[in-house]
Amino acid sequence: MTRLFNDNMQFYGYRRPDGRVGVRNHVLILPTITCATQTAQRVTELVSGTVTFIHQHGCAQVGDDYDQTFRTYAGMGKNPNVYGVIVLGLGCETHQANSVAADIAMTNKPVEVVSIQENGGTLQTIAEVAKIATKMVQDASMVPKELCDFNELIVGTECGGSDACSGLSANPAVGKTSDLLVEQGGTAILAETTELIGAEHLLAQRAADDKVAKKAYEIIDAMENRSIQMGVDIRTGNPSPGNIEGGLSSLEEKSLGASTKSGTSRLEEIVDYAKIPKKKGLVWMDTPGHDIEQLTGMVAGGAQIVLFTSGRGTPTGSPIAPVIKISTNTPMFERMSENMDLDAGQIVTGEETVDEVGERIIKEIQHVANGKLTKSEILKQHDFGIWRIGPTF
Amino acid sequence: MGDYKTLYLNEKDNVAVALSEIPAKTSVTVRIKDKEIFVQILDTIHFGHKFAVRPIPKNDDIVKYGEVIGAAVKDIEAGAHVHVHNLEGKRGRGDKIVQ
Repeated sequence: MTRLFNDNMQFYGYRRPDGRVGVRNHVLILPTITCATQTAQRVTELVSGTVTFIHQHGCAQVGDDYDQTFRTYAGMGKNPNVYGVIVLGLGCETHQANSVAADIAMTNKPVEVVSIQENGGTLQTIAEVAKIATKMVQDASMVPKELCDFNELIVGTECGGSDACSGLSANPAVGKTSDLLVEQGGTAILAETTELIGAEHLLAQRAADDKVAKKAYEIIDAMENRSIQMGVDIRTGNPSPGNIEGGLSSLEEKSLGASTKSGTSRLEEIVDYAKIPKKKGLVWMDTPGHDIEQLTGMVAGGAQIVLFTSGRGTPTGSPIAPVIKISTNTPMFERMSENMDLDAGQIVTGEETVDEVGERIIKEIQHVANGKLTKSEILKQHDFGIWRIGPTF
Repeated sequence: MGDYKTLYLNEKDNVAVALSEIPAKTSVTVRIKDKEIFVQILDTIHFGHKFAVRPIPKNDDIVKYGEVIGAAVKDIEAGAHVHVHNLEGKRGRGDKIVQ
């Protein structure tokens, strides 16, 4: 693929009716309730070009927890990597398919609703959804790609299965990529609030204004207080056993390494979980450190591509957004090459600088935006997990 | 004495990182800018793990990246492995709150 690598970085993407640009062209079968996930999955086995996700939510949820789950479902549908959505409900759940569909329809993309109870059961529903999906996939295939600037991109960043190299190689390299993306007018999302505990003062210093700086301390306090209210040592969950084996001794040590993913840009905004950023530039989304929950939050928040660094290795992928996985060390990259896309281990061995790897990553973003498949897409790794903030009733 | 790769990130740091496994009872030299610190390694230090570059008394901060990553729970000798057995994080410690 010959592409432009000039000062103004561009890619070929799919312009959606709301003006946003996708790098993929999926038809999403969106089950709003756990009871509909199996049916949705059957349809994806029948109709190519469709994707779905398995989850255990959508009923007996109330208040802020209801809202956050709702926002996550709708955000997945609104993501510009999705051409159109078939929202699938059982019929009696709290997260009604009609409400989620109405919210997604504000983007003016094709949205249809199907209910298992109204269709008289599993088999008729599979047939109905497959029929609608067949037409939607063909319509999607006729959307032409157009040349777009990098300022259309929202790129999520995360680290998972961290080791002591994470903060030395892949994370600072992603920080360089984040800075390059911001220079191009794009948006980089920093997430995993838990793994920024101990580094908040460094981020607050880079805040665009006092309000953002104050919010940085507030969300860190809220996350830390959750462990304090539970009377537990946060280290029982984070750093994880794999982190500790890799040489990380405390949450603060992990955080200082994790925060380097944000580069040196000004922190423009802090957004709630699964909310679409209003500002461009560097944005911090308040998510837990859980790999799949933060990935889901960023994709629901509009990220078309996610950068994921790992020291221990991981198969993680999203049904909707390509995830570019970057190893912090070469031995792991070689051991898990079927899962990892890029190697930043050359920084550890001194063969490449952080800036060189950062530039390599932004070029990979361009290739992937143009259609190059990531390992997790090829292996159909369709992870999805919602950050639940309340009990199920 | 082999030439073991280490990484010493900031002059304020009292620990450095092994970039290859360092056997016990070897000596290494950690470098930052024009400064060199000679360290006699006491324990085997695995890839990615930390060792003290100078003695760290009990309760003193342990510093990496020029920032505090925790405190020493016992006196740590120069050259000793620094990890969860002698370092405790200070954050997110709900277990330390007395009702």
